[in-house]
Order: sequence, then C-alpha cells, then structure tokens
Amino acid sequence: MLLTSNTLTRAEFERGTGWQLKPEGACKGDVCIPLPDALKSDQLDVDALADAMGLPLAQAPSFGLRALGPESVGSRALTSARAPELALPDLDGNVFKLSSLKGQKVLVYAWAPY
Amino acid sequence: MWQALRNELHPQGLEIVTVGLDVLGAEGCRAFIEAANPDHPSLLDQHHVLAELFGVVNIPSSIWIDEQGMIVRPAETAPAPPMDRDGPAMDMPAELPPRFADIMSEAVKIQSDTDAYHAALRDWVAKGSDSKFALDPDTVIARSRPRDADVALGHAHFELATQLEIDGHHDAAIEHFREAHRLVPGSWTFRRQAWSLEQPIEGPLARFWQGPSDEDPGAWPYEGDWLSDIRREGAENYNDPWRP
Repeated sequence: MLLTSNTLTRAEFERGTGWQLKPEGACKGDVCIPLPDALKSDQLDVDALADAMGLPLAQAPSFGLRALGPESVGSRALTSARAPELALPDLDGNVFKLSSLKGQKVLVYAWAPY
Repeated sequence: MWQALRNELHPQGLEIVTVGLDVLGAEGCRAFIEAANPDHPSLLDQHHVLAELFGVVNIPSSIWIDEQGMIVRPAETAPAPPMDRDGPAMDMPAELPPRFADIMSEAVKIQSDTDAYHAALRDWVAKGSDSKFALDPDTVIARSRPRDADVALGHAHFELATQLEIDGHHDAAIEHFREAHRLVPGSWTFRRQAWSLEQPIEGPLARFWQGPSDEDPGAWPYEGDWLSDIRREGAENYNDPWRP
C-alpha cells in the first residue's frame, strides 16, 4: 500500500493490506504475527510495523512517497485461500467490490492493453 | 472479450470480472473495454493489486473463486475462450516495422491449453466443489506464486513506480520499475507494463513495441525488452502448462 506519512491508523492498515489486527496480533488466514505493545494503539508507526511483520518498504523520499509491500511469511503469494477483498474502479470511476459477488462463482480475468 | 462465454455461463451461476492491469487506467483500457461492451464488471487496476493480492505474473491470467469467497484455483494462464480465437483483430497498419514481424513470429510460438482450460471451467461451473478442478485450500496456497522477501520488496517498488508514473515522474518511475524487474525476474507483467510506457513509435501498436527504438537504441532504459526476453526464455515457456 502507498503511504505519504510515517504513521497510519489501524483501519487504514487493515483496509490496505487485508491483515486483521486482533489481540493476538496481525492475522491473515491461519497466520497470526504477534505485535509489540507499541503497535497496539490506533496510530501505527510504519517502520515499527514493517519491522515486526517482516513487510518490505520501498521509498521515494524526494517525492514523499513510500510503499509497504506484501508479506512473505509462507513463501507463497497466498497466505490464505480466502479471497481478499478487491475494490477497483470501472471506466466510470465507480468502485466495485469483489465481495459483492458472494453467492456466485467468479472468474477474475487479468488482461492488459500491451 | 469473454462476453459470449459469460452469456452462456452466467445463468449457471458464473460471473466474470475482467481487470485491466494498466497504470494508464481508463486512458489505456477504454478502447478495449468499449469494444468488448461487457455486461459484467470490467475494472481498472493501475497499481497491479492483482499481482500483490493474487500473485498474477502474466496476462491473460485468471483466478477462480467459489460462492463462499474461497479461491479454488490460484492465478494461472487463462486462454481466451475458443469461440473468441477468431475474433476481430486489431487494425494493422499497411506497413509494419520489421520489429513487429519479429514480435509476431515469436508470439505465434506461445502455447496455451485452450481446450483443457475451458473444459475444466465448464466442469467447475456445472459441478462446483465436486469438480476435480476446484482445488482445496492447501493446494491453492501451494500452487500460488513463490514469494520470498525479495519478491515482496519488488512488489513494493512496482507499486511505488506506478504512483510515480501517475504523478508524472516518469524517470523516477523507471528507477523503481527497474528494481521491481531485478527483484521479481519471473513477472512478465512487471516488465511488459514498464516497457509499454516507453512507446518509441506512434500509432495503435505503440504499446506493443516494448523495446528500443530503431533510431536511438541506446536510449532504452531497461535491461531487457519483449523480443530479447522472449528469445532468451523461449516463447514456448512463456505460459506455464495447464495443470489440472
């Protein structure tokens, strides 16, 4: 997820990464990563969080921009077989959520105009 | 492009969601989406979240998700439906630069198991979890792309590159695309997206050139290009073979 600040809220983190913050730590599927007390408040320090969870940070300091990358806990792209939420816009700018299709089988098809 | 298939299978409980992986967003995808005129959701993924969330490394790819929101097939090569193979071609200019002839002679060697894939899709739509093509969660996870710390960092660099590009900082974007390529050598989408932004020629095929210009090859800012990389890796290896 893209970051322009050194802190983010718990809600922003959950929404941006798909990890859920529970008393036992950051959880996704069957994996829970315990977090130190400093990361139990509502404002999370990005560097401390990245460090505790082994998440990569890429930086473009001249542009005030950083990106928190995905986890590599299980050495695979998927940590869980539960489909994460996918929220993306259509051509009109309306955001569509994958979760709205629960109850149907879904084929997500990735393509590109290049 | 999958509208006809969707027409047939939607009454049987399948929805298709197409996602255009392009940092140029609507500007890049509009013509293709409007030509397809879909009834199903057709989304724009400027930051390639599909790569980060699902491990997509090539296009076209698909992910199958069941009615309970469980992934039953992780990202894999998705050939166009058999009925679409003879669909409308792009308008080709009368005179093609030699590079395009070379690109096309490689592209025709790319293999995909169209019939096996689409038979499996129909089997799943008909049988659901009883289909042998619907994989259990552990298998789904195990078959998803390898991701070590380098690959994860590569995703972060790629995401940064897309935002820098959107913000108009093209040279800075190139630096981070280069890092993403170095860290995730297995991703064709990371490479093709970056290459497609250089556009050394004009016209509707510009984004497919994906390599140095004929006039100034030294200006090419990337280690690889589509033609060189395909030749090195082998077009026949471009897609992973279908694995039931």
